[in-house]
Amino acid sequence: MKYLLNVTSLEFFPEKCTGCGRCVDVCPHGVFAMRDKRAMITGKDLCMECGACALNCEFGAIKVDAGVGCAAALINSIITGGPPSCDCGGTTGSDCC
Amino acid sequence: MRYAVEPGLYSLGESGVESDIFVTANYKLSFDILRKSLKGLNAWILVLDTKSINVWCAAGKGTFGTDELVKRVNEAQLDKIVSHKRLIVPQLGAVGVNAMAVQRQTGFRVHFGPVYAKDVPAYVNANYKKSDEMRLVKFTMLDRLILTPMEINPSMKKFPLFALIVLIIFGLQPSGIMFKDAWSGGLPFLGLGLAAIFSGAFITPVFLPFIPFRSFAIKGWITGILAAFTLMRAFEFSLLPAAASYIFFPLASSYIALQFTGSTTFTGMSGVRKELKIALPVYLIFTALSVILLITDKLSQWNVI
Repeated sequence: MKYLLNVTSLEFFPEKCTGCGRCVDVCPHGVFAMRDKRAMITGKDLCMECGACALNCEFGAIKVDAGVGCAAALINSIITGGPPSCDCGGTTGSDCC
Repeated sequence: MRYAVEPGLYSLGESGVESDIFVTANYKLSFDILRKSLKGLNAWILVLDTKSINVWCAAGKGTFGTDELVKRVNEAQLDKIVSHKRLIVPQLGAVGVNAMAVQRQTGFRVHFGPVYAKDVPAYVNANYKKSDEMRLVKFTMLDRLILTPMEINPSMKKFPLFALIVLIIFGLQPSGIMFKDAWSGGLPFLGLGLAAIFSGAFITPVFLPFIPFRSFAIKGWITGILAAFTLMRAFEFSLLPAAASYIFFPLASSYIALQFTGSTTFTGMSGVRKELKIALPVYLIFTALSVILLITDKLSQWNVI
């Protein structure tokens, strides 16, 4: 399933890629694929900005503003001024997500 | 903490120095699903303290993360327990686990296993190779259906407040609050409120990919206008309350549907932020407008205007 088009903050710097394939390995939405021993983005709009690829790219070839895609978290962060987190205001605790 | 499992190392079958080490969260359901899929294998399970939250959500928060994994590897003295250097971490844990950092700090090499525990035996048999399919997270209609109570409950908790406001508005007369008026005037509104919850928290999530547009706010508005339209035919409304209903209830459904972004497996923060930027002002302005319409209706009944 695809969400909104052309919104993801995912950035890829091919000149830094060494072709280790880690990004392909960790992405749960098949955003990356290997082509000629290098990674490339083949499904940018499938990205949900989880941040697994950027965290696991040793070579700094991937940048993404990772975070929760959750309206309640973002509304809470607007109200409290804090960072968006999926604690659902802290009242429901571990029952959330 | 009913769903907590004690963090630490567990042995499955007759685990020995060659047995694989599978890492999981201390959420009971995560642990049980992994244990069940590993049935018949001799293996170790290393449970991280994620405050009894599942792997993916905990990884997003960082509790299923590099530091916690390094700490548990050291505490369990895994280097003395096994002769290999393989840690099998669920793929979705990669949101919080930096494989290279773990290797630098412990000597253990992180292998990101399949997304779903049920694929673990096939993954092990294929010599720790994932098929493309094993990498992808799904979101089936059944998955979405199971999640709907998590959407309906929070809305239903707000419903009594909404009902109170509606009954006060309709019951209010120059002579005081009249219960008969409150009930007869307010009842259709309460019905429409429930319909908005149903369309936003149930219909929209379940039929998500079949409802046009990608925006959850628009999807929720579409199901909301259909629900309102269906129900409105059952009631007799004068012009202003009808207009207020058509404005407010589809937007309520839209707002509720937007909350489902928190439960999906595919919505990103930038997208939700974009939706909110447009939707929140619309919700506020048009809610105010529908209240003004109701008050105008009220005042004209009292022959004030």
